[in-house]
Amino acid sequence: MLEILNLHASVEGNEILKGINLSVKAGEIHAIMGPNGSGKSTLSNVLAGHNAFEVTKGSVLFEGKNLFDLSPEERAWEGIFLAFQYPVEIPGVSMTNFIKTAVEAKYKYQEKDAPSPAEFLKMMKEKQAMVGLAKSLAGRSVNEGFSGGEKKKNDIFQMAMLEPKLAILDETDSGLDIDALRIVAEGVNTLKKPDNAYIVITHYQRLLEYIVPDVVHILHDGKIVKTGDKSLAFELEKKGYDWVK
Amino acid sequence: MTEKSKDKDIIDDLEKNEYKYGFSSNIESEVFPPGINEDVIRKISAIKEEPEFLLEWRLKAYRHWQTMEHPYWAHITLEKPDFQSISYYAQPSNKPKYDSLDEVDPEIISTFEKLGIPLEEQKLLAGVAVDAVMDSVSVHTQFRDQLEEKGVLFCSFSEAARDYPELIQKYLGSVVPYTDNYYAALNSAVFSDGSFVYIPKGVRCPMELSTYFRINAINTGQFERTLIIAEDDSYVSYLEGCTAPMRDENQLHAAVVELVAMNGAEIKYSTVQNWYPGNKEGKGGIYNFVTKRGLCKGHHSKISWTQVETGSALTWKYPSTILKGDFSTSEFYSVAVTNNYQQADTGTKMIHIGKNTKSTIISKGISLGKSNNSYRGLVRMAKTAENARNFSQCDSLLIGSQCGAHTFPYIDVHNKTATVEHEATTSKIADDQIFYCNQRGISTENAVSLIVNGFAKEVLSKLPMEFAIEAHKLIAISMEGSVG
Ligand SMILES: Nc1ncnc2c1ncn2[C@@H]1O[C@H](COP(=O)(O)OP(=O)(O)OP(=O)(O)O)[C@@H](O)[C@H]1O
Ligand SMILES: [Mg+2]
Repeated sequence: MLEILNLHASVEGNEILKGINLSVKAGEIHAIMGPNGSGKSTLSNVLAGHNAFEVTKGSVLFEGKNLFDLSPEERAWEGIFLAFQYPVEIPGVSMTNFIKTAVEAKYKYQEKDAPSPAEFLKMMKEKQAMVGLAKSLAGRSVNEGFSGGEKKKNDIFQMAMLEPKLAILDETDSGLDIDALRIVAEGVNTLKKPDNAYIVITHYQRLLEYIVPDVVHILHDGKIVKTGDKSLAFELEKKGYDWVK
Repeated sequence: MTEKSKDKDIIDDLEKNEYKYGFSSNIESEVFPPGINEDVIRKISAIKEEPEFLLEWRLKAYRHWQTMEHPYWAHITLEKPDFQSISYYAQPSNKPKYDSLDEVDPEIISTFEKLGIPLEEQKLLAGVAVDAVMDSVSVHTQFRDQLEEKGVLFCSFSEAARDYPELIQKYLGSVVPYTDNYYAALNSAVFSDGSFVYIPKGVRCPMELSTYFRINAINTGQFERTLIIAEDDSYVSYLEGCTAPMRDENQLHAAVVELVAMNGAEIKYSTVQNWYPGNKEGKGGIYNFVTKRGLCKGHHSKISWTQVETGSALTWKYPSTILKGDFSTSEFYSVAVTNNYQQADTGTKMIHIGKNTKSTIISKGISLGKSNNSYRGLVRMAKTAENARNFSQCDSLLIGSQCGAHTFPYIDVHNKTATVEHEATTSKIADDQIFYCNQRGISTENAVSLIVNGFAKEVLSKLPMEFAIEAHKLIAISMEGSVG
């Protein structure tokens, strides 16, 4: 599904990603761990197409297509979703209107008829319940005045609505309370299908007890320095990052 | 609210975007050569078969206008128009310059398509967008008979001058005298048409009244005149919409609107103004100089202005209210969008004279490209305005770094018991907000229009539904090609 080859990327002239290689197949869950500033969010942003980052070398294929030929919204329509480490607030834009615009754009790209208002409403309610997003939030502006955890839940709610092929969750667990973490993880597991995949970025092994990864990578200074199965996360928790440096 | 009614609201909200709104018009033909003098004014008056007093009034206005200086504004760049090169009376002739729709600028067609104006309307445009001097004024008076049953008079200004001269004589110029300002004087001399509305005592006008203006011609000015009178305890909601085709030359639009609200009467006046703003290089576009003023004459009367201004190269417009009756109230809700080289200087004046009068001003300015958007407002509390209150809020949204937003609130208080509150904010659309939307599959254009519509929501929600939808679309169109 995703083939990253020798990816280098920089921001304002500083090289942050220094040769990433990563291959994700349909049905897999990959975890990426790594110290602060190692480049995890940078990798997510580069995959999503943020224009602050310049790709200087390497290639990324998504479902056989050159990712760098696609605009951020085309990547979204093709099925890439990024749950942000810091979701932004969009004052004045209602949650309903926002998600409706997003869903309609995707349907249009896929040349399908958009759901009717009644169907859409039903879908919204189901997905809200699935990720434990409080009903009252649906009536507000996107993330405006949301608590940290509410913002994270909202991103997962949007993921549930958009049903992406590849979802990248950037530290979705940080900020979630214990119950929310469990509910969100259950939601993710429900949405897990043989034909989609996840990249889960986290600092804590705890999330990986709920969302069990097939592969764990450790990112350090812009490179993947270690790859293993889920036991790698345990080992890391015990030994700390000095161990991989 | 119950769960059910909430659901219904959401569904309504979702369905709203699907509404389509169309217009049609049917126009006589008459053309004058450019230039202004007393003969031109006599000819206009003669064609319209006006009563003598009206011709006299026009001539007085013309003579006064000649003594006036062209105005100067600090935040607007404008050369004085050549008033002798403009034609003052022009309606579409039957000699089409466009032989078919194919010859009409495709940009016009696509604009109309986006507006949801049906094909017949485009055909009509091809049919009427005609001669070197041509203009159109169309008054949508579909339900005239039904309205007359209730005693509501709704017709073109010309008809009113013939059919109800006493009302015209009594109220014309009573709120905006021809001495008021340069463009009001010019309008008073040469106004061609417009709408007249009269709501008798105790009548709630059963439908929204609407007039749709369009400028078609080259080198013409449009000078319409609107007069609305609401007798005691009556109510009316009136809508005005405007569009103009794209021309390289600037065109002049100088309208005057007068509203009179008697005891307990309410007038709701909404405008969606989309005159052609000029192209991306700042060429062409309408010069929009409008004097709109309402008089809350009776106690407990109410006038509310709602305006969405997306068009015109240059806008100079301050819908104002004189709160004369005790306990009278007025509201001003405005969204002004400027893009490319557009300049807007708009706002309101609230003149409090009566006791316990109350006014609210909500202004949302959105600037893009190299445009300049100014809010200019005056709140005056006269000596007699015991316990009068005003609240003003002016918010500006900047998109890009080459545009400007300015706020000039003037406050003039002569009564110690009066209170005036003013709040202002300026914000920008952040790249990260756009990226967030992009990542969800929302294009930059749609993202900006979502954010902008959200910013303007408080005002748009005051518009009648059909206009709210049109306004949403207009705002989206005026953003196009300017971001990303
Ligand atoms: N827009 C930017 N301008 C300058 N430097 C940036 C920018 N974005 C990221 N960086 C730098 O790139 C490096 C990698 O940042 P990144 O956000 O990818 O780290 P991370 O692995 O996600 O860290 P954390 O665990 O703290 O979220 C950091 O040193 C950061 O300061
Ligand atoms: Mg990060």
